[in-house]
Amino acid sequence: MSRIASWMQQPSRWRATTAWLFIAPFLTIFIVFTAVPALLALIYSFTDIGVADIRRPLDVDFVSFRTFARVLTNAGFLKSIWTTALFVVIGVPLTMAIGLVLAIGLNNGITKLRATYRAAFYLPVITNIVAAAVIWQYAFTLSGPVNSFLTSVGAAGPNWLGDPKMAMPTVIMLAVWRNVGTCMVLFLAGLQSIPVDVYEAAKIDGASAWRRFTAMTLPLLKPATLLVTVLMTVSFMNIFDEPYLLTKGGPLSSTKSVALWVYEQFGQGNIAPAMAGSYVMLAIVVILGVLQLRLLRAR
Amino acid sequence: MSKSHPVVTATLYGLLTTGAVIALLPFVWVLFGAFKSQAEIMSAPGAWLPHSFANVSNFVTLFTERMFGRYMVNSLIVSGATVVTNVLFATMAGYALAKLEFPGHKLVFGCVLAAMMVPYIALFVPQFFIIVQMGLVNSLTAVVLPIAVMPIGVFIMRQFADSVPDELLEAARLDGAGEFVIFFKIFLPLVGPAIATVAIITFLNSWNYFLWPLIVAQNQDTYTLPVGLAVASQGAKSTDYGLLLAGAIVVLLPVLILFLFLQKYFVQGIAGTGIK
Repeated sequence: MSRIASWMQQPSRWRATTAWLFIAPFLTIFIVFTAVPALLALIYSFTDIGVADIRRPLDVDFVSFRTFARVLTNAGFLKSIWTTALFVVIGVPLTMAIGLVLAIGLNNGITKLRATYRAAFYLPVITNIVAAAVIWQYAFTLSGPVNSFLTSVGAAGPNWLGDPKMAMPTVIMLAVWRNVGTCMVLFLAGLQSIPVDVYEAAKIDGASAWRRFTAMTLPLLKPATLLVTVLMTVSFMNIFDEPYLLTKGGPLSSTKSVALWVYEQFGQGNIAPAMAGSYVMLAIVVILGVLQLRLLRAR
Repeated sequence: MSKSHPVVTATLYGLLTTGAVIALLPFVWVLFGAFKSQAEIMSAPGAWLPHSFANVSNFVTLFTERMFGRYMVNSLIVSGATVVTNVLFATMAGYALAKLEFPGHKLVFGCVLAAMMVPYIALFVPQFFIIVQMGLVNSLTAVVLPIAVMPIGVFIMRQFADSVPDELLEAARLDGAGEFVIFFKIFLPLVGPAIATVAIITFLNSWNYFLWPLIVAQNQDTYTLPVGLAVASQGAKSTDYGLLLAGAIVVLLPVLILFLFLQKYFVQGIAGTGIK
């Protein structure tokens, strides 16, 4: 008792103990459900673990890099990397451009209804993806509301989700619709941190609106752009919900992202390839993240 | 802001209105479609408006013939439990990281950042194995455990706790207050807005949580609303869109109502941290 009392009288020690007590719930969940799984995934990538080993995961054989070699030469996996790259290369710039235009419009152009517009653009962000996908499927069926509208204005609507050429744009549309609001809010926060008098000075000096945009807004918006770029890239690289719910990766695997490929391998009991594939993905995410930080910081 | 040319202003309003219409169009579709019977959709699939908004048979079917009542209860339990645990644990961790000096605090903060970055696709399979080992498959506990304290909440609380002046806490220490008293009596009352933000973000994330419940809930008794809706939309041979759209409304409504009243905190959560 007295030992505890004297120990508690040392304030810094007791404070450190309190800190660890306060941290403990987070740390426990982190270790059990993030750190250990991440490590296990890496270890399993070097084994031949299958669905039969789930209950005895310690009894698996190590095969060194054979699983990685199998995954990296698997046509389905390579195609899913290509598809994911398409998602990123088309989806990220498109989402960011629309988000930026809306943010500038809201910040500089208008005085009325600002909150209403902002709420409208933000609503898709909080929308449940399963519900959104159900609506999308209904709206884009062969003779659904979208195509009936197109017919009424004299255009022939395509088979949005059934045509391998159209499925990808339709899935990307859903992802862009969902993510624009996040970009808009972040760009808006960035724009609002730029002082107004900088613009007034440039205007007096005779700088055109376009010149003010390229020479002032864009450079001053760099921190926000960096954040949005990284966020959107990670989000599109991990894209799963949209293709899973709309097309199951089809037709003809035209929308099968890496995340969906990993999920399918898991569903088929090919645990080791699923884990190796997810680590290839993790490596790409990390490399791209570091590259983006470097590039955008250097400029 | 100085006055712009009227043509520029009109163009901007036109652009923003077009954007808003596109953003809101899916909500119009779901609202119109949910009141249509299967026969109505089959006979006029392109029609926008339903015959009558008084036809609520789709909603009745969801709760009587399908198990949407059960899914709703499950979703409420999962979201309720995660909001409580996240607010409590994130506030504790955020406070410790910002205000209590201890060896290793940089490492712990590194864990918070790492947890926000790791792609979930690399984690869910081992997470499933761990839940199997714990004997928790097919339970709501298994749905809640991995998100009992989300790193984003810890991050927000730490940022916010940083802005609480040290002097306040030090003064209480000099008065002889214990560490727990300082946390509950001094710190907690000061961070109300941050707690609201964490609560909202947690509710949103857990209500919309999809991949993990899909994996770990393997029979209808443990489905949450999104899982129930997804399974319903993929199970049937001929799709009953009226019924599914009514289901979509059931999933959407609670969040939409919250958003109407607490918009500020939703937007703050994103703008303040940049992460959903």
